Amino acid sequence: MSKNQLEIRNLHANVDGEAILKGVDLIVPKGEVHALMGPNGSGKSTLSKVIAGDPSYEVTEGDVLLDGVSILDLEPDERARAGLYLAFQYPVEVPGVSIANFLRLALNARREEDDEIGVMEFYNKLQNAVKTLNWDESIIERNLHEGFSGGEKKRSEILQLLVLEPKYAILDETDSGLDVDALKVVSQGVNAARSPEFGALVITHYQRLLNYIIPDVVHVMLDGKVIRTGSKELAMELDEKGYDWLKEQVAA
Amino acid sequence: MSDLTTDHPDAEKLTGMQHEKQYEFSLPEKYFFKSEKGLSKRVIEQISHYKNEPEWMLKFRLKAFEIAEKKGRPKWGPDLSSLNFDDIYFYIRPQDKKGTNSWDDVPEEVRETYRRLGIPEAEQRMLAGVGAQYESEMVYHSLKEEWEKQGVIFLDTDTGLQEHPEIFKEYFATVVPPEDNYFAAVNSAVWSGGSFVYVPAGVEIEVPLQAYFLINAQSMGQFERTLIIGEPGSKFHYIEGCTAPTYNSDSFHSGVIEIICQEGSQVRYSTIQNWSHNVYNLVTQRAVVHKDASMGWLDGNLGSKVTMKYPSTYLVGEGATGEVLSIAFASNGQHQDAGAKVIHAAPNTSSTVVSKSISKGTGRSSYRGLVQIHEGATGARSNVECDALLLDDQAKTDTYPYIEINEKTAHVGHEATVSKLNDEQIFYLQSRGLPEAEAAALIVRGFLEPVAKELPLEYAVELNRLIELEMEGSVG
Repeated sequence: MSKNQLEIRNLHANVDGEAILKGVDLIVPKGEVHALMGPNGSGKSTLSKVIAGDPSYEVTEGDVLLDGVSILDLEPDERARAGLYLAFQYPVEVPGVSIANFLRLALNARREEDDEIGVMEFYNKLQNAVKTLNWDESIIERNLHEGFSGGEKKRSEILQLLVLEPKYAILDETDSGLDVDALKVVSQGVNAARSPEFGALVITHYQRLLNYIIPDVVHVMLDGKVIRTGSKELAMELDEKGYDWLKEQVAA
Repeated sequence: MSDLTTDHPDAEKLTGMQHEKQYEFSLPEKYFFKSEKGLSKRVIEQISHYKNEPEWMLKFRLKAFEIAEKKGRPKWGPDLSSLNFDDIYFYIRPQDKKGTNSWDDVPEEVRETYRRLGIPEAEQRMLAGVGAQYESEMVYHSLKEEWEKQGVIFLDTDTGLQEHPEIFKEYFATVVPPEDNYFAAVNSAVWSGGSFVYVPAGVEIEVPLQAYFLINAQSMGQFERTLIIGEPGSKFHYIEGCTAPTYNSDSFHSGVIEIICQEGSQVRYSTIQNWSHNVYNLVTQRAVVHKDASMGWLDGNLGSKVTMKYPSTYLVGEGATGEVLSIAFASNGQHQDAGAKVIHAAPNTSSTVVSKSISKGTGRSSYRGLVQIHEGATGARSNVECDALLLDDQAKTDTYPYIEINEKTAHVGHEATVSKLNDEQIFYLQSRGLPEAEAAALIVRGFLEPVAKELPLEYAVELNRLIELEMEGSVG
């Protein structure tokens, strides 16, 4: 068992008693970016929430291992502090809490109580991230997602990723609702995060995003399972032919 | 007067109580005089005699007592049935001498109480230059030299009466007469301490005038009487914070705050009360605002068992403005019945009310507000926003907004929202590494932010700390 990977092993999960994940197997090694594709309702978003620890889902079987250690018994915040990050498809608004304040708290939550991050260090980090995303600096004083457009929310998710520097990130349809320009900026952010110490699982509907974030591996999910794993060409094929041919193959 | 000694039979059992846990401690008391329990003519006469007051004040007190007796308690609002006057001391004097002028002279016991409440060093320093009310009377009072040079008066109210009788008599009880309501009448009969602030015409004070209040005797009533006068064109901010140790029997706090904003003045009054959860906190706060003057209230209610407090603003001069920002936190067993009252009695007056309340467990918060626009108050504008946040399924909130408009050209807006602590928000913040309780506290702080940002930094920090304490163990 490798210590340098995010491993999802035969994962089964229910919501309100209904099985959504039916035995997902998937490995994202550190240093790689994997894409997870699949039609609506295949369980992609559920997978991301289950890994992050959303209490509305019940895991019935299987495991999730971060660097070889199971995280299923951990609270969502413990998973985050262990190095996991989820970029939400629909980030919530938290009125009255500025991005700067929030990120400082989130960073300090990862540190010892008597070792809070220095003001300059923090602002440098934040400013660099803002620059990478071609954003105006005033954004950090705005309240978390309050009055943000869809695109701004997605950008904020990547901003947080850059500041928090997780070991593994799951991006849940970060491309949905973005125009081409926003897509480029967001991709720029994700590419900036790429390093031998970072692994990502990029969930998307469309191949479009993968023109900007070139994946090392592409997985296809259908009806609660990963049914195909391949190279980036698999994404192109799906874009051309849709998912039906895969469905037929699985059914056969 | 043989009653005026420390030999009172009840004095004994009040001393030597030990602290049990944080925020539930008391220090041994050293009183020179404690009135007998209950409210009576005799007690009032003793208070006035002991304070060496002018005859008119004694008459005023006795008349107020008659009015209170006639009026009886209000028949609306929170349940006050377990508030028993016969168990309450209406006057306790902490030390023989008049208030001292330097921090070093403040008794060690008082300072120890501040420390044990965890009041930070910086805040203790802020107390230099302020009146700190310990027990029923100011023991410490100092006024920065520059203020004195500008003619500013900042004294405890008893001293104000002695030293500035003309100003005092001109304004005292003109804003809140004893006839106004039952608790104002009770306060008028037994008042003691409070702040007396007079800022001359055109004087602007940048540093807030601050008073720190404490009560530290079981079943002791605290009836401060604050009188604030802003002469034309003056500008200042008065701040009062209250923190009290917890005792086992019910305490009663019923203050009266009167503010006069003369033409073109800008006055702000901020208070955060954190009485222990056995205190009945029934306060009448009112300002009269003249032409082109502005009055701002910031009212934070975190502590006490029952609070009834509705800062009132009477806009009596053309172009006068009023603002009320209010925060309430009702935890287990608490009922925060707070709100605002704004009377538009002149043309082109405007008012804003923002109320934010949080309820948790068996806590209940109520917004009770009145906006009244008199006929002839042409072009008056008022906007009220009250938002309630419930932290769990058990918590309760309710809203009683009264709006009376007798002027066609007035614009009045009212908006109310109720929300619940949102699981999605909690999960989101947790997914960024914040533990659940911290995530909840952050959401609550964000909810309060529109009001909290108006506080001076030290108070905002203290507010955050109090909320974190309140939030501990409230989720999960």
